[in-house]
Amino acid sequence: MRTELMSAASVPTEHPAAGHARVPLLDVAGLTLDFETRSGRVKALDDVGFTLQKGEILGIVGESGSGKSVLSYAIMGLLNEAARLTAERLTFNGLDLAAGTTDLAALRGRELSMIFQSPRTALNPIRRVGEQIADVLVRHGPMPRAQARDEAVAALARVRIPDPKARARAYPFELSGGMCQRVMIAMALACRPALLIADEPTTGLDVTTQAVVMDLIRDIVDDTHMAAILITHDLALAGEYADRLMVMHAGHVVETAPTEALLADPRHPYTRRLFAATPTADTTLDTLSTVPGRLPDLRRVLLPCRFAGRCDRHQPECDAGPVPVVPVGIDHCVRCRVPT
Amino acid sequence: MTPLIDARGLSKRFAVHRGLKSAHLHAVDAIDLTIGVGESVGLVGESGCGKSTLARLIARLIDTTSGELAFAGSDIGAVPARRFATSPQRAGIQVVFQDPNDSLNPGFTVFQAVADPIRQLGQATGRAEVTDRVMQALDDVGLPREFSARYPHQLSGGQKARVGIARAIAVKPRLLVLDEPTSALDVSVQSVILRLLADLRVRHGMSYLFVSHDLNVVRLITDRIAVMYLGKIVEIGPSADVFAHPRHPYTRALIAAIPDPARRGARPPRLEGSASSPIDPDPSVCRFAGRCPAETFICRQSMPLLKAAGRDHEVACHHAEAAEDMP
Repeated sequence: MRTELMSAASVPTEHPAAGHARVPLLDVAGLTLDFETRSGRVKALDDVGFTLQKGEILGIVGESGSGKSVLSYAIMGLLNEAARLTAERLTFNGLDLAAGTTDLAALRGRELSMIFQSPRTALNPIRRVGEQIADVLVRHGPMPRAQARDEAVAALARVRIPDPKARARAYPFELSGGMCQRVMIAMALACRPALLIADEPTTGLDVTTQAVVMDLIRDIVDDTHMAAILITHDLALAGEYADRLMVMHAGHVVETAPTEALLADPRHPYTRRLFAATPTADTTLDTLSTVPGRLPDLRRVLLPCRFAGRCDRHQPECDAGPVPVVPVGIDHCVRCRVPT
Repeated sequence: MTPLIDARGLSKRFAVHRGLKSAHLHAVDAIDLTIGVGESVGLVGESGCGKSTLARLIARLIDTTSGELAFAGSDIGAVPARRFATSPQRAGIQVVFQDPNDSLNPGFTVFQAVADPIRQLGQATGRAEVTDRVMQALDDVGLPREFSARYPHQLSGGQKARVGIARAIAVKPRLLVLDEPTSALDVSVQSVILRLLADLRVRHGMSYLFVSHDLNVVRLITDRIAVMYLGKIVEIGPSADVFAHPRHPYTRALIAAIPDPARRGARPPRLEGSASSPIDPDPSVCRFAGRCPAETFICRQSMPLLKAAGRDHEVACHHAEAAEDMP
């Protein structure tokens, strides 16, 4: 949990001024990402900025196509050659990730780690899971294979897999979905990274297993001061586990705030719509609303506000130039000219 | 009144081989379930609990191993699934599948996808008549008629879901079996589809069997909920009641595991581990034993049967009475 309070006038994309703010582990500002495709230039991300502190979980929420996953690929340096990435700032632990001088392959798996959706397809089906974890340790430890095998068993024990020694010898098909996702987490955490990116880590798992896996990630963050980014379309899940939330829509960050503040008082019209469309324990079918329209085609010429076509608060001034990110509360910012 | 679906002792066992001995996987184990005319029943539980198998049995996509299944008073359980597919009763029970991306033929236009079951079941033969029925189905699900010439790849996720529903209701079924119909959709679209389903049920007087792992969604669209664990129904009752006063320890754990921002920082006890083996389970042991926080000696002596626990509410647990005090 963050303890320092940002002054209401400061914008989170601003580099922390000398004084009260800590230097963030991950610092992103003015990140813009286009893809050159045969059917035109896809403006996937525009002017994305956020910071992440050690020991903090940032939840990124939004519909599919909002740019959540591609943002994590940009951070991890996993984009293909069609991508055109520019950023005012993209630093991790003081290293410039966008410069091309940082050896990302050496960082990935050691300092920066990622767990993907569908653990069964992410794991190699014909190798024992213990060996797959040992591979990471041999590459990044670096350490001899025999030692890496022992470490792999310890890594499985850390994610509370019962009888880790026996499970290390199992193939992915011999394990349940929840168990495979724990293996993925064990692998991602084997080198004790500073940042874990979890992209829909519990999609496809049962609610009961989801709760166990998410509790585990939360515990590891609390115990080791690792930072984590939780990418999910499930607002309730992000709301329960993240310290801060960032709402994305069509490649823009439309709202960021500490979780409690955002849940209590969402200010961007899209965030409000998204909340109202998410079923909770007291929703009825009559109170459950919808988000009208759909995401704009990111290959077309876009209005300055990418939510304009779906927004019921749209004003003529919304189309006048880029929409500024404005503070609306303590550490709470929206990209909107007419916040609610 | 005769229920639309009346299942008695419905079972499905799959033969598996363990070394030289053959054994049976009890996917659905002697289940009694009724679905009233116009009623919507939800089926929840973890993956592997048998909820999809039960839905497929009731939809007559697979054959039962034993038990009886009556649809509108007539015995359909004895008809082989292969023959049921061409019987006139096939139109009475239709299925909406989970992922519209996988369940629509990519080579069929919307028109062909919706017209196919109408023609297959011989409900309309003339070109004009078929067109009429297809357009009516598209109107019903709120899909513009000009979409009939489109292929699945030209549709959004929500539109594909609408096609899946249009195809199922085109033959005027009395029971719609919905297998996780919204799990592949964004929340922005999910609420539209849920509303559409609720509206269609009223307009056409259909009954629903709604299978889902998302309890907050099931609650919205069902009158009653059945909770399954390892092939058995462990709790069944009015949806609001099951949510507000869950009596079975497993139902409690399921509800406690729904993510809820209001519970931030709180750590309710979690259901660890996974279900025991469904292969030839001991008939005298409660299926939930081993994972249950309320387990006592008796739970391994006799399998608890469903017992009344309130109005229309039944629970299979030796300790259901004490359930209010359980974690």
